[in-house]
Amino acid sequence: MSFKRKDLLGLASLSPEEMALILEAAEPFKEVSGREIKKVPALRGKTVVNLFFEPSTRTRTSFELAAKRLSADVVNFSPSSSSVVKGETLLDTARNIEFMQADILVLRHSSAGAAEILAKNSRLSVINAGDGWHEHPTQALSDLLTIKEKKGQVRDLRVAIVGDLAHSRVARSNIHALTKMGANVRAVGPPTMIPLSLQRLGVEVFHDFDKAIAGVDVVITLRLQLERQGRSLFPSIREYARLYGLTAERVQRAAQDVLVMHPGPVNRGVEIAHDVVDSGSAVILDQVANGVAVRMGLMYLLAQRN
Amino acid sequence: MEPMPPKHHQESVIMDSHEMTRALTRIAHEILERNKGCRDVGLVGIRTGGVYLAQRLKRLIAQIEQTEVVLGELDITLYRDDLSIRKDQPVLKKTDIPFHISDIRIILVDDVLFTGRTIRAAMDGLTDLGRPAEIQLAVLIDRGHRQLPIRANYVGKNIPTAKDENIRVLLEELGEEDRVAKLINVGTAA
Repeated sequence: MSFKRKDLLGLASLSPEEMALILEAAEPFKEVSGREIKKVPALRGKTVVNLFFEPSTRTRTSFELAAKRLSADVVNFSPSSSSVVKGETLLDTARNIEFMQADILVLRHSSAGAAEILAKNSRLSVINAGDGWHEHPTQALSDLLTIKEKKGQVRDLRVAIVGDLAHSRVARSNIHALTKMGANVRAVGPPTMIPLSLQRLGVEVFHDFDKAIAGVDVVITLRLQLERQGRSLFPSIREYARLYGLTAERVQRAAQDVLVMHPGPVNRGVEIAHDVVDSGSAVILDQVANGVAVRMGLMYLLAQRN
Repeated sequence: MEPMPPKHHQESVIMDSHEMTRALTRIAHEILERNKGCRDVGLVGIRTGGVYLAQRLKRLIAQIEQTEVVLGELDITLYRDDLSIRKDQPVLKKTDIPFHISDIRIILVDDVLFTGRTIRAAMDGLTDLGRPAEIQLAVLIDRGHRQLPIRANYVGKNIPTAKDENIRVLLEELGEEDRVAKLINVGTAA
């Protein structure tokens, strides 16, 4: 089987086989990133444009490194320095990039569906690097690869996702990825952060973290977006940390070989305790390393499409 | 790697299992002779067929010299010169060379030497991993039709072929009886 898609917009529409194909393609690139000369010529002559309308350091850097290690040329567009501030529409910006003969466009945008609109209206291969509260597929694929490596398989694992699931594209993509791969997913958080519609995606909803964490194989903690405080989603950071922070005591309730994951950036002492971040259960930095490999594998597959 | 044979073909065996073992044994001796033993020598098989042949050479060298040489596996997919023009997606596999290649003599091992493009890609792949003292090439079959200035140091057998003929090295490790076959198309459905 080969990867036939022009774009990667989200995981909701991807089959388990397609996800497995991307993970398989990512695997050989881990070796490349471990070399002294971290570069292969596979995408020589291709152009990758990073178009980020929201601040991001880690995701943009990860995409940039991935493209560069494949020998592609990389251009970074950011709205503050581009014609976007002069009133150009998103679509016009993309068309201009297309006619500069770029091949792959990596888009982060605050509006859900922005990547899909561009993909439909241009020849470019579009990779969604996060659109509003909708999806962040490459992050979820990196998480999936990390789980698969550490646990051998994803099927029948019990996975808890903790935090503000209502406003998290990472959580949404993770739920699609994990349920499609046969894991049992628990959504954990205060009622203000867990939309009822999540149950339609096949997850079990919990408001009591101590109950939810019992026996789980993986805990994915989401970043508490501190800037949302004052929008009455939670009374105080201290209360949130007490009820939904991942502490060493809570980790004890999970399976013995539990994996602790976090998409970053971490608020130490809020959604996850200091000692847990630095414990042997945490695979947060493996997620980062796998992120580069997944993005290399994905860009390799998209560039092969003719 | 050669493409899968079409349905209607005639197979003629040009090397059987005994001849294959003899050819590989001779190559093992030649490698030892040329390198005055096997100090600072490493074998690198090109995926997929070359890896199995490299494993066999390692065993033969161990039998002759009572020394284990290091062995690695190289996937050349990312170094192909036809990546952007191929219609299909070549399957990516892992490169696994668990030793430093700098300053040692690397024997690249492949099953069939044809246009030379695979070897060009393999040499690019190797030099990205370090700077070997020397790169030598061992192949089981040299079928001619080179498109690049590349020549093997060790050849199991030279087999003159027509360009549209297909040479297949079939190995026990791949679930076949050891042999080298020439496949001649006889009336594939037009």
